[in-house]
Amino acid sequence: MTDDVLVTHDITKSFGALRANDGVSIDLKRGEVHAIIGPNGAGKSTLIAQICGGLAPDSGTVHFLDHDVTAETVRARARMGLARTFQISALAMEDTVLQNALLGALGAAGRSWRMMRNVLKDTYLCGEALAALERVGLADQAAARTAELSHGQRRQLEVAVALTLQPRAFVMDEPMAGLGSEGSKQLTALLDELRWQAPILLVEHDMDAVFALADRISVLVYGRIIATGTVDEIRADPVVREAYLGEEA
Amino acid sequence: MSREALVNSAALLLLVAVPVWALWADEPFTITLATRAVIFALAAAGLNIALGWGGMVSLGHAVYFGLGGYAMGVLAFHAQNYTPLMDWPFTITGTKSMPVIWLVAMISSAVAALVIGLLALRTSGVYFIMITLAFGQMVFFFAISWPTYGGEDGLSIYVRNSFPGLNTLVPIEFYGLCLSVLCVILFLNARLIRSPFGLALNAARQVPHRVETVGMNPTRLKLSALVISGAVTGLAGALFADLNRFVSPTMLSWQMSGEIMVFVIIGGVGRLFGPVVGACLFVLLEHFLGGVSEYWQVFLGLVLLGIVLFGHGGVVGMIAGRGRTHD
Repeated sequence: MTDDVLVTHDITKSFGALRANDGVSIDLKRGEVHAIIGPNGAGKSTLIAQICGGLAPDSGTVHFLDHDVTAETVRARARMGLARTFQISALAMEDTVLQNALLGALGAAGRSWRMMRNVLKDTYLCGEALAALERVGLADQAAARTAELSHGQRRQLEVAVALTLQPRAFVMDEPMAGLGSEGSKQLTALLDELRWQAPILLVEHDMDAVFALADRISVLVYGRIIATGTVDEIRADPVVREAYLGEEA
Repeated sequence: MSREALVNSAALLLLVAVPVWALWADEPFTITLATRAVIFALAAAGLNIALGWGGMVSLGHAVYFGLGGYAMGVLAFHAQNYTPLMDWPFTITGTKSMPVIWLVAMISSAVAALVIGLLALRTSGVYFIMITLAFGQMVFFFAISWPTYGGEDGLSIYVRNSFPGLNTLVPIEFYGLCLSVLCVILFLNARLIRSPFGLALNAARQVPHRVETVGMNPTRLKLSALVISGAVTGLAGALFADLNRFVSPTMLSWQMSGEIMVFVIIGGVGRLFGPVVGACLFVLLEHFLGGVSEYWQVFLGLVLLGIVLFGHGGVVGMIAGRGRTHD
């Protein structure tokens, strides 16, 4: 087994005349945070959709845990341990925080067809859910309605749901979206610990978070990876500075 | 005890007390009225599983209600005429036994819900409503044009079907039977929404893409809910046909689908006792307003409008406040 947990090889995806992804090859190794940055419209969302299974690439392959998963569904990849978080929180707002966390545990355990047992009395599922909430610092909010959480807490819950999947890799789509600097710092600290549980493919606009977390950064511009390297290499790269970071970066 | 639990207990208490009073006061018509309310409540409880928890706005639940009715009608028709239902490849005879009829009603409704759901769940929103409505109309016109079982005129069954140990012709005994069925179904319904399946279904209604990314199939969850929903409404249809000792295509009409939905909306969508409260109110309004004016449905419309605009999701919500039953 290699060190690569998640690999895309030469992924290409077009929408009509638009090449959203043009031969994108990235890899995610054990214990690392690999950040994908790039301007709006660079093809980051398209890339995530192909990695997680919502879109099929026109050509190229996606490998997860040394399996070719290019043809697998979103559900199959999730059951293998590919945990994603959404840019816009995808939470059941009417339900409690615990119920949202239970959903992930439920999917991972494949118990969704049990119809007569009280889910709150399932000690295994509740244990998993509470452990995840504990991890992100929401354990004391378990009984609260999700709609009553602050935006920052919802972002934490989003991570907790991913955690209940017993993930082998995280794919996080702008986890810092909409957070203030304080919330952003908190979540950055959390993700910094999580990388030891499973590596994180991080798509993020918040450069402070990216520079604090990333072991490697790939820069996606007009559907192509124009550079991959460490934080320092990317900061120093003249092409990247011109294309993306702007002069003062 | 939460306020909603109080409302539920009060509803249940009334459903027991009123017929007992009617029996004492020798008012058999009140018992028939209450039976009608209980059966409508059961039909609506079925729809509520699809509509309230699954988020599927089905305007075709008359299909299941009517199929349940025809399951009773056809089986009892052959039993009272001493003709077999079919001869080949093996003989099936009719029956007057309620448990058998209920089973047939639930299975045929469940199969219909599976077929309709497989097609309708490829769509959502207004298209889902239209497809379920279209299936409803197909079955309705099929029933009208099939002369073997009465066509437009429907089927009359002379003697109410039997249930072991009961004389179903005595109104209060039949009422007790219907109320027991309703209670059993509501109990199972309460278990269902608290179960892992209920949790997943609830999430599939609110955030289907999330359900998918934790490894579950939201469409399959909804389809299962629709099948359960159809079976319950089918059971109600069999009881309704037995109450009237008559089944006709009216039970399959789209107005019937609308009425079942009105019960749920009046009472409270996604509330365990919403359908019960809604159906009881509907039957009361129908009875008292119907006595005042031929155009009583105008007033029903006004009541409905008021509840939708000002009630927090139905009468149960108005009394009990926010919060769904699973809280």
